[in-house]
Amino acid sequence: MGLLGLIIPLEGGGEEGSHWPPGVHSFDPKPLFPDAGMDWLNTYLLQAVIGTIIVIVMWLWVSKDQKVVPGFKQWCGEQLYNLVRNGIGRDALGHDYKKFTPYLVALFSFILVNNLFGQFFLTMFPTFSRVGYAYALALLTWLLYNGVGIAKHGLGGYLKMMTMPKGVPPLLYIIIIPLEILSNFIVRPVTLALRLFANLFAGHLVVIVFVVGGTMLLEQTSFLYKIAGGASLLMAYPIFALEIFVGVLQAYIFTVLTAQYVASSLAEDH
Amino acid sequence: MTTILEIDLGPLLPAFPEFVAGIVLFGIIYYVMAKVVVPRFEETYAERAAEIQGGIEKAEMAQAEAAEALERYRDQLAGAREEASTIREEAKTQGAQILAEMRTQAQSEADRILATAKMQIEAERVQAVQSLRTEVGGLATDLAGKIVGESLDDDERARRTVDRFIAELESSSGERV
Repeated sequence: MGLLGLIIPLEGGGEEGSHWPPGVHSFDPKPLFPDAGMDWLNTYLLQAVIGTIIVIVMWLWVSKDQKVVPGFKQWCGEQLYNLVRNGIGRDALGHDYKKFTPYLVALFSFILVNNLFGQFFLTMFPTFSRVGYAYALALLTWLLYNGVGIAKHGLGGYLKMMTMPKGVPPLLYIIIIPLEILSNFIVRPVTLALRLFANLFAGHLVVIVFVVGGTMLLEQTSFLYKIAGGASLLMAYPIFALEIFVGVLQAYIFTVLTAQYVASSLAEDH
Repeated sequence: MTTILEIDLGPLLPAFPEFVAGIVLFGIIYYVMAKVVVPRFEETYAERAAEIQGGIEKAEMAQAEAAEALERYRDQLAGAREEASTIREEAKTQGAQILAEMRTQAQSEADRILATAKMQIEAERVQAVQSLRTEVGGLATDLAGKIVGESLDDDERARRTVDRFIAELESSSGERV
């Protein structure tokens, strides 16, 4: 390890060797104070808190002292803000997009920063590879789109709109209603959470395999093992790039789908 | 591994503190977004839109003003041209009038001068005729007397008498003048 450990960041360092092969246990939380009995106070929570602080500070800094004619900093902030406000919110929601802009911007930036933590050398773990965080955001989105739907159409009207699509013969309601309930109230939030979680979980698992496996191969005495280990470590970099892409994409998708679900709840007829 | 409904959820089983942390942290971010960040951006956008709209309106106003000024200028120019032409026209007619007046005046003056000259000549003629009339009578009688007084047989004498008479006549007419 030695020098290599400085160049190539590894989670857990050398002790990872004893956990080979990588798996679900690689994602086990590491309590900050292992002897204090506060297992919930772990690295993931710290990461999520730091991510929250980064997101808030970044947006406050970018939006500070705004001018009608923007400087470079403000221009960059506006590009990101417009991506969510116009590219996601306005596209999906039409004229009432402004009400949901704060939610969408918060969602996108929170997921994005936490996903990029997976490739950041000090953290090296995407927060959403812990399913609890993904469930949390999915639940909030579920509450949001159902809430605005009920607020607009009333409970009965909303349920009718969501479960009894127009243009379907009443005879088919026997099949359609359970399907729509399953699709709109159960599958939507679950897939939302699992898509985010699974992408980051699997992606990070691949990173671990390449980096830790490569390191272990490099430490072997056999020359061929060393070559294979070097190649594996080099391969880790394209994987990192891919993971950055996946992280950005998943943040985008989660936000787009949230906007879509809200739009479908607000629609005049489904 | 904990199980729910006898199913092993594996990594899909959430840790409850994480679930709560996710909601709380996201709530904080949402609060800051809704209260501070999004209003800031929207305010700037609204301001920008207003400014652009105001700028367009201002430009339109300036354009209208310029068009109006141009129209006014054109009107003025046309007016000035018209005025100039009327003045020219007037001057022309006036000039002709003056010329005609002068001509008639000169004519009348000439007529007047001619008339007075004629009158003077006539008066002088009348005077001459009058004086002739009075003198010719006397002269004729004088001459006749002289011719008769002298001897008519002496040709030399008669000739001298006539000559003398004529000389007298000449001298008297020279005195009279």
